Amino acid sequence: MRILMLRVIAILVTFIGLYMLSQFVTYQMDPYYFQVLIECGVYIILAVSLNLINGITGQFSIGHAGFFAVGAYVGAAWTMIWQPMVVERYSFLQMGTLHGDILNLLIALILGMTSAGMAGFVVGLPSLRLRGDYLAIATLGFAEVIYVLLLNINSVGGARGLNGIPTLISSGNLALFWVFLFVIISIVLSRNIMQSVRGLTWLSVREDEIAADAMGVDTTKVKVTAFVIGSALAGAAGVLYAHFLTGISPDIFSMNTSILITTMVVLGGSGSVTGSVIAAIVLIVLPEVLRFLKNDRMVIYSVLLIVMMLTRPQGIFGTKEIGFPKWRRKQPKTEGRSA
Amino acid sequence: MATQTAEDGGAIRIMSVLEMRDVTKKFGGLAAVSGLNLVVEPGELLGLIGPNGAGKTTVFNLITGVYKPSSGDVLFQGMRVNGLRPCRIASSGICRTFQNIRLFKQLNVLDNVRIAAHLHTKANLLDSILRNNRLMTNDRELTEFSLMILRSLKLEDVSDQRSSDLPYGLQRRLEIARAIATKPRLLLLDEPAAGMNPQEKVELMELVRSVRRDYQLTILLIEHDMRVVMGICERIYVLDYGELIAEGKPEAIRKDPRVLSAYLGE
Amino acid sequence: MRIFIQQLIFGIQLGSLYALIALGYTMVYGVLSLINFAHGDVYMVGAYIGFYACTYWLPFQRLSADPHATVMNIILAVVVLLLSMLLCGVLGVVIERFAYRPLRNGLGITDAHFWGFAIALPVAFHFHLFHRLSDGAGRFLFGIMWFLLIGMIVGYALRPVIRWISLRTVLSPSRLNALITAIGVSLLLENGGWLVFGPNPEFIGTMVPEKNFKILGGVIINSSQLAILVISLLLMLILRHIVLYTRTGKAMRAISHDIDAAKMMGINTDQVISVTFAIGGALAGAGGMMVGVLTHVQITPLFGLLPGIKAFVAAVIGGPGNIPGAVLGGIIMGVAEAFVGGSSFSTYRDAIAFTILIIILLVRPAGLLGRNVTEKV
Repeated sequence: MRILMLRVIAILVTFIGLYMLSQFVTYQMDPYYFQVLIECGVYIILAVSLNLINGITGQFSIGHAGFFAVGAYVGAAWTMIWQPMVVERYSFLQMGTLHGDILNLLIALILGMTSAGMAGFVVGLPSLRLRGDYLAIATLGFAEVIYVLLLNINSVGGARGLNGIPTLISSGNLALFWVFLFVIISIVLSRNIMQSVRGLTWLSVREDEIAADAMGVDTTKVKVTAFVIGSALAGAAGVLYAHFLTGISPDIFSMNTSILITTMVVLGGSGSVTGSVIAAIVLIVLPEVLRFLKNDRMVIYSVLLIVMMLTRPQGIFGTKEIGFPKWRRKQPKTEGRSA
Repeated sequence: MATQTAEDGGAIRIMSVLEMRDVTKKFGGLAAVSGLNLVVEPGELLGLIGPNGAGKTTVFNLITGVYKPSSGDVLFQGMRVNGLRPCRIASSGICRTFQNIRLFKQLNVLDNVRIAAHLHTKANLLDSILRNNRLMTNDRELTEFSLMILRSLKLEDVSDQRSSDLPYGLQRRLEIARAIATKPRLLLLDEPAAGMNPQEKVELMELVRSVRRDYQLTILLIEHDMRVVMGICERIYVLDYGELIAEGKPEAIRKDPRVLSAYLGE
Repeated sequence: MRIFIQQLIFGIQLGSLYALIALGYTMVYGVLSLINFAHGDVYMVGAYIGFYACTYWLPFQRLSADPHATVMNIILAVVVLLLSMLLCGVLGVVIERFAYRPLRNGLGITDAHFWGFAIALPVAFHFHLFHRLSDGAGRFLFGIMWFLLIGMIVGYALRPVIRWISLRTVLSPSRLNALITAIGVSLLLENGGWLVFGPNPEFIGTMVPEKNFKILGGVIINSSQLAILVISLLLMLILRHIVLYTRTGKAMRAISHDIDAAKMMGINTDQVISVTFAIGGALAGAGGMMVGVLTHVQITPLFGLLPGIKAFVAAVIGGPGNIPGAVLGGIIMGVAEAFVGGSSFSTYRDAIAFTILIIILLVRPAGLLGRNVTEKV
């Protein structure tokens, strides 16, 4: 009972806190910094969700931008193409008011996450047959196929992309609220999965698939579940990003983005949620900080990446976490903490 | 003990734990196991021996579903299990250890055992995500259960160490602990004494005996060292070139001319 | 039918270029199980070397009716090809030496990196300035000296910092690390190329006379296409000879089976791996040079990316580590792309590669000619 109470309070505090922060920050902050902040949030969701697939379950997926794209385009398709088609019959879907906007965004999120999750299911299936590098290339290939398809489908704008997507900032300044709500959701979700005994079986698939199978771990189910959850979260990131930018084009979801997200996971320490978060922030902020170097910044960025891999191959955090109570022999009470 | 099988259809049916009927496994043209018939009775401690490359580990892989038999059937408690995925076979009650140790290296000792214990979890993934009461009590139970197993195998002092940091002997013991945590009916041990010195081997034999007593297990054991096998097994099967060449009590096996020639050469 | 054969020839020509790059991928994958993402960028460098050699370094003559000039240009083109192969081979070795070997052997940052840094920095900055203020040769030398000094000072200033980081290192490089390192090298080459070669697309004019031959049924085959086919075939035959009949080739095959066992048999694995990278780099360099000089494609610092990926896909289709497989995969890739490019779905040209890839991986996970290795339990 007490746990439940604490949890309800925690959730309420999170919601209200985020909402207040969102209101405050949107007016006070320089738009440029605000954009960087939101981008950090979006990439944290992406990195943490890829970490579920790549770091925790050990499935070598490097095509995360594909799921990101599916979410973004399906979400944008709702608010730009499908919503106008049905709004005449269902007037409560009208946008422009606060609750109308929230409702539409929720529908976009549900559609985006579902379709990205389905894409994750489809991509997860090869993971049952393919190992390591082969899977990596297949996932990268999937992302590239999505990219080329988006370039060629005229109803979503082809190479120009979709423009004029309703923004999250117009009524209620909800951009920061939504993005960081999903940041928190993805982190808590990863944490809860990793902390539970069932989540340990995901780690066991990463460690040794054959042994895991022999211990009764249904590796097929674990892998596909990881893919579905990870890609649904990436889809949510896509929906939010599309509605923040108000204009998306296939170039946002090119192979470079896939590689960037993979780099975040590895740089932070494969399997470490904390690491993914920190690395996502570093890799988004660093190019902005280095902006004064103009074109040279990417050279420095790549040199830093190589040096990092050579000197600290396990990533910034290794598999360590900050703020995750681990089971200890002397004090098994720590598990009573609220989410 | 009467070796009656399910097929006898007699009034008293003692169902064997495991039965392999005419099992053959071919790799390309080579038969790694051919026409193997093997019966494991409840509560037995059975040995499977044979020279290098005789196909012992292949037998284990056939039982646990890593390989599918080219022909023949594997029955576990009267149920056909060949063709099932390894995880299904494991959850139906057969668990194994590996000859080349396969621990979850980066995880600690307790987590290794908890992973195996997950088979008895009653919480689903949604519970894990929500972290509700059901999950908490369930996970606490599983942790207690795992700790109990570690205690009975004298591993609780190292329970928070990384499993790859353990000394070799303890790694082997952890493999057994992990297999027990799935609560199997039948435990398959693949060369548990490999690479141990005589003193450790004696300890291991003691351990296998006590494990069998405490958890009411049926054990099938592959071993290289004749002394270990003769010391603890009640009945022994001998394989050579994938074929069964002898079966019986340790004393009989010791004297069997075919076994001697297989081990010592013509 | 005529169009079909025409497209087929174009496809085979394209495919043989893919095959040349794919060979480098497949050899490195065979030896190290590493996807050398930077390989496509080596190909890009090869094209740029072709460009610089043709326009600045070598005395190519204007093509005119003069048969002497024509012969001279053809000889020079062969020189460019060899030069491009040489330099790209060296580049391959350098990449291996500075990025992959330290990772593989767990060396972290070594002294070689500081010397490499000390040399690379001034060269990079020189080219960097070269594009903004093209000065005389005197200031060029002065600039080199100046930046060499800066490079050494910066390199040694950073040394304790990196030492300090390295001390805290637990070295357990995984496949993912190797992949990210390779991606890092690729990014470095692309962005370094941006810096050194400039962002503008370059174009090599017609250096070698072109002639169209009519063969059966009115199919036209271009002399450049013919040259690409012949040179690729020649290089592949040389490679085949090296891999099958030389000591180094035998060592390569040994390493691809089991690197540890090869080490214990007294094979200097690091050296053989270097040779592998050299050969791979040289093949990619040849491919890049031929694309630049013979097919009149615009060269940009990013133009190696897509052919690189497609060539890798070709290698995977054929079965990574399998040399005939890479050639087969390359040809399949080129032909498929030529046909899709020639049809009404031409905009899907780049997707076809990955569609084939995904289908083949699902049907035959180890590639067309690869052997499926199951893990021993």
